[in-house]
Amino acid sequence: MLEIKNIETFYTLIYALRGVSLAVDEGTVTAILGNNGAGKSTILKTVMGLLDDQPDKGTIEFLGKRIDGKDPEVIVRMGLSYVPEGREVFDELSVKENLLMGAYIRRDRAAIKRDFEQIYAYFPVLKEREAQWAGTLSGGEQQMLAIGRALMNRPKLLFLDEPSLGLSPILVRDIFKIIKTINQEGVTILLVEQNARMALSISDIGLILENGRFVMKGEAKELMEDKDVQEFYMGMKSEESAKGFQRWKRKKRWR
Amino acid sequence: MFLQLVVSGISFGSLYALIALAMVIIYKTSEVPNFGQGEMAMISTFVAFTLLVTHGYSFVVSFIGAFIFAAALGIFLEFVFLRRAKDPNILSLILITLGFEMVLYGLASWKWGADQRNFPFPVSDFDVIHLGSAVISYLNIATLLITLLLMFMLFLFFRYTKVGIAMKATQQNAMAARINGIRTNRILSITWALSSMIGAVAGMLLAPIATLDPNLMLEPLLKGFAAAVLGGMTTLVGAALGGYILGVLENLFGGYVSLEFKSIVAFLIIVLVLCFKPSGLFAKHYVRKV
Repeated sequence: MLEIKNIETFYTLIYALRGVSLAVDEGTVTAILGNNGAGKSTILKTVMGLLDDQPDKGTIEFLGKRIDGKDPEVIVRMGLSYVPEGREVFDELSVKENLLMGAYIRRDRAAIKRDFEQIYAYFPVLKEREAQWAGTLSGGEQQMLAIGRALMNRPKLLFLDEPSLGLSPILVRDIFKIIKTINQEGVTILLVEQNARMALSISDIGLILENGRFVMKGEAKELMEDKDVQEFYMGMKSEESAKGFQRWKRKKRWR
Repeated sequence: MFLQLVVSGISFGSLYALIALAMVIIYKTSEVPNFGQGEMAMISTFVAFTLLVTHGYSFVVSFIGAFIFAAALGIFLEFVFLRRAKDPNILSLILITLGFEMVLYGLASWKWGADQRNFPFPVSDFDVIHLGSAVISYLNIATLLITLLLMFMLFLFFRYTKVGIAMKATQQNAMAARINGIRTNRILSITWALSSMIGAVAGMLLAPIATLDPNLMLEPLLKGFAAAVLGGMTTLVGAALGGYILGVLENLFGGYVSLEFKSIVAFLIIVLVLCFKPSGLFAKHYVRKV
């Protein structure tokens, strides 16, 4: 569905993506994991066309059409939506108007109305806050709104950038449950996350990004059982030391 | 006398309010105060004058023609000059708008000369009605009504139309607007067209009271700017109220203190507002993320 081939992205002089290739299959949930600054969000921004003149090299195909170098306004009309990191809702528009802006590219009024109902069913709290300014919502509610707004675009493929950012553990679980539901309704999902355990638990495929390169790819279940992933991304210790702390550090196999 | 001063103050204030609105609409989208606003309105008024007097078209045709011209001028300036600015910062954009101001001023002086002309208007400035002890001319009433109607239409536009809401959305978060498919460049063009048309209304309502020459909008622009600062550069309602307050205050000052120094009221207000409440009287200040 989405086919990224060997893209390289620069932030002026900083070499952020060093040849990234990725294929997302229809109907799956794919998770990209990695440390801060690995370039996870940069992949999404590059594909969405939010970085001017990027990718510097490589091609991106969505549904068989080249989209690299296109504007986000065009890309979103092709069925690719993006929930940005840090929510980015319209602070001084009401919740309802925010969702309405999600439907900006659509004209099918009846379907828009149905989607409103659908989103209020996913996130009942948004219904309660319908007339309130989005800036006055809590972080979790804003995240729900950002997801709802992206769903109003009627995406075929949905990018989620750190949906768990700054949310309480219970809320994170709820949001991920809904993400899984959305996927089962037929939306393909590409997820970028720090919370590896949560992300892998709902994903089919997981990839690990380090310093602008993918270093590992596999079925989510396999990755969860991988010793390296457990230690470096889930914070599990492989061995207890007798003195109560670990004196050696495990080497990463992929370096 | 007090009532009279207030009534004519309100009538003048509504012109300031229009100019303030025009500036605020642009300021909200691009954070640039457009100092070319006044000359854009002045040129549009001249276009109406030319259609009306030189070519002898009817009022309706001329005014509609002038509005179309105003919209086109706004779009043209934004598209050809502001959008081309490479890595712009606010200051350089402001300088570009000052550039418009001078270019348009020069253009008008060259095309129409510095003669003072009478701008014909369908409503008379000399027929009056009595409101208790005050008199108010038909033109003043028309100004007031047109302004209020326009504000009401703007309110509806920003509240209920998709484009209006998209305009607000673009103002608040351009990136989020783009990923939802809003063509922000097009929104910017619409913003400039809308603002230029509102300015043109102000110009055409002012011209029959004053005389039409290239200096028509110099002072009103500064007053409108003061009104916008007074009310708050980020709120439409505030800017409009600022216009009325300024109009009335200025008139009262002119009536009771000194007619010669009437004009300084506006500047005094800018200074005071910037000292004590820089975001303006009516701005609901939403703290922005850095």
